[in-house]
Amino acid sequence: MTIAPPVVHTAPPAASSGGRSGSVTWMAWPAVVAFVAFGVVPLIGVLLLSFTSWNRLSQDIPFTGLDSWRTVLSDPQLPHALWVTFLIMALSWLFQTPISLLLGVFIAAQKRYRSVLAVLFFIPLLLSQAAISITYKALLDPNFGLGAGLGFEFLQQDWLGDSTLALCVVVFVVSWQFIPFHTLIYQGGIRQIPASMYEAAQIDGANRVRQFFSITLPQLKYTIITSSTLMVVGSLTFFDLIWVLTAGGPGDATRALAVDMYQRGFKADLMGPASAIAVILVLVGLALALGLRRLGGRDASASQLEGV
Amino acid sequence: MKRRNFLTLSAGAAAGAALAACGSSGPSESTTGTGSGAEASYWFLSGPPGEPIRQGAVDRFNKANSGGQIKVTTFQNDAYKDKLKTALGAGQAPSIIWGWGGGGLKSYVDNNQVDDLTDWFAQNAAVKDRLFPASFGPATINDKIYAMPCETVQPIVMFYNKEVFEKNKLTPPETWGQVMELVPKLNAAGVAPFSLGGQSRWTNMMWLEFLFDRIGGPEVFQAVFDGEANAWNNPASLKGLTEIQNLIKANGFVKGFSSITADSNADQALLYRGKAAMMLHGSWSYGIISAEGGSFIKDGKLGYMSFPTVEGGTGDPSNTVGNAGQFLSIYSKASDAQKETAKNFFKSLLDDTEQQGWIETGGVPIVKGADAKLAASPDKDFLNFIYQVSSNAKYFGQSWDQALSPTAAETLLDNIAKLFQMQISPQQFADNMNQVIGK
Repeated sequence: MTIAPPVVHTAPPAASSGGRSGSVTWMAWPAVVAFVAFGVVPLIGVLLLSFTSWNRLSQDIPFTGLDSWRTVLSDPQLPHALWVTFLIMALSWLFQTPISLLLGVFIAAQKRYRSVLAVLFFIPLLLSQAAISITYKALLDPNFGLGAGLGFEFLQQDWLGDSTLALCVVVFVVSWQFIPFHTLIYQGGIRQIPASMYEAAQIDGANRVRQFFSITLPQLKYTIITSSTLMVVGSLTFFDLIWVLTAGGPGDATRALAVDMYQRGFKADLMGPASAIAVILVLVGLALALGLRRLGGRDASASQLEGV
Repeated sequence: MKRRNFLTLSAGAAAGAALAACGSSGPSESTTGTGSGAEASYWFLSGPPGEPIRQGAVDRFNKANSGGQIKVTTFQNDAYKDKLKTALGAGQAPSIIWGWGGGGLKSYVDNNQVDDLTDWFAQNAAVKDRLFPASFGPATINDKIYAMPCETVQPIVMFYNKEVFEKNKLTPPETWGQVMELVPKLNAAGVAPFSLGGQSRWTNMMWLEFLFDRIGGPEVFQAVFDGEANAWNNPASLKGLTEIQNLIKANGFVKGFSSITADSNADQALLYRGKAAMMLHGSWSYGIISAEGGSFIKDGKLGYMSFPTVEGGTGDPSNTVGNAGQFLSIYSKASDAQKETAKNFFKSLLDDTEQQGWIETGGVPIVKGADAKLAASPDKDFLNFIYQVSSNAKYFGQSWDQALSPTAAETLLDNIAKLFQMQISPQQFADNMNQVIGK
């Protein structure tokens, strides 16, 4: 193990910033205070709770060492919940990325009708997850829902009562809500690409499809990584939507980690094991975020516009 | 410098407290249990039909007593359960705790959160003797009474749609064999045999509660409750689990039952719209159907009966399950004056006005002789039926999830969901449940 701090030979840019850098650190304080108060402190609390067996009722919190961890790690529910979580993560990434990328390309163009459409596309993002879930639940009701109302045979599935279908519905509803957000990110990314690149490609005779794959996609590398990180890490915390739609069911078909944590903590009053799962969620999220950053290459801050 | 840091911190803490207050959902007022004076705080469930009646009882008490008043805060069902547990854990619970008795109450008792009322009931025998004896079951933990039973008795009964049966020239089932014969006939007629809000899980549980009781009597679940090892391996329990899976395999329940929630009242709607022939549900369903089902009850289309018997079963057919009442406990950390106010309030409960209020909502108050008041009600047939079922029951079983500790109840509901989804076999169910006996 040789972990040495990298030797950095950059001279401090004291001359150019003229004393500003010294005084601006206070600007970070509100964010740091908020982060410590609402991020770090609760996290430490959860970590400590995971070594106890608190039942939410008693005033004293008995310390039980690694008991909660042993319970959680030996429970077959954990690998299942992890599997469901990763399945939802992977499927929603596969579903959202192409659609939001193409929609981003579509609304990046400076045309008025596309701007109008763009506003409409964003509506799902403004709605609360609980409201969306309740609406979809009503629409998908096997007896009083859309299928039964319109009389369409193919809509009359047991959408939320069949294990596979329920998982697909969860992925669909999640994507329906978050595609606008990622479209917005891609739109911004695409508008950053210099028009001169496309002009050069046109002179070389590249058609639209070729331009998309040779210019837009490579230029969006970091945008894709950013958007994917948000999708993947965000999907770990899906709770309200799943809870309202399926409550983790049917059986345990959609019981992702966050739902499992809630059921153990707030339904079964097992705060110790629930906190252990929360810690696992944090670790998985950190590992994924770091992994995705690695994907972007070591030099993530390098310019994409070299040679332009 | 140090002082400034401290100020920043305390400002942050204040903001945090403010945010936390915003996050708590929907209390109409917020009070802490450790307030001064004789004013007792009382939290209960909001929403019709119960809220105005509970509020009315408090208003009448406050009018009659200027010394000790009751201050009310109301919550929605699920929000209440969470808020109350958090408040108990933080030492901020109300003086009067509304609840369901049983396992939940036991967890309060185990943590010394509620007062033992046994002596008080001994001194005030009149308060105790006018109530159904069965209603004291869930209030009694380790042979001591920790709660005042109140409100109404709510047994689980079998509702059916008379129109569906007449149209198809069928008769409602009296035995389990007849149930299984009816299922294919009703399916052939395009009607689901049974409506079920299966996503709520406790709805499925009601079926097992009755099957276990009809097949092997109350002893089967009592053994689980008493913590006997491998109690779920009882042959009666395995037979009950097998029968329910047979019914599911025969398409006994409405299509998509596992995605229907009880909160949406869609299960009742299936019954009164004629999409399902029967429904096993709590007696409170009557109030829901009467409010939402148009003229369904007025037209005499709603039928109701006890759960069918099971051939060869040893359980008494008069046995029933459900809620033997609702329960009020006194918070152990309330002041003596508050406790005194609460006890005076208990004495005032279920007066004639309150009884009348519950009867108007289609409920039977847990007061002996309440049947005399039922005759004047337009719902007298149903109310008399509920009174008979409740007062004649040899054994009035408590809902399993409320009888067990929250931890065991969650495992139970989880496994019931899997059983109804055919994910696990009866034996696997028994094995999973045997592991949490006594926890």
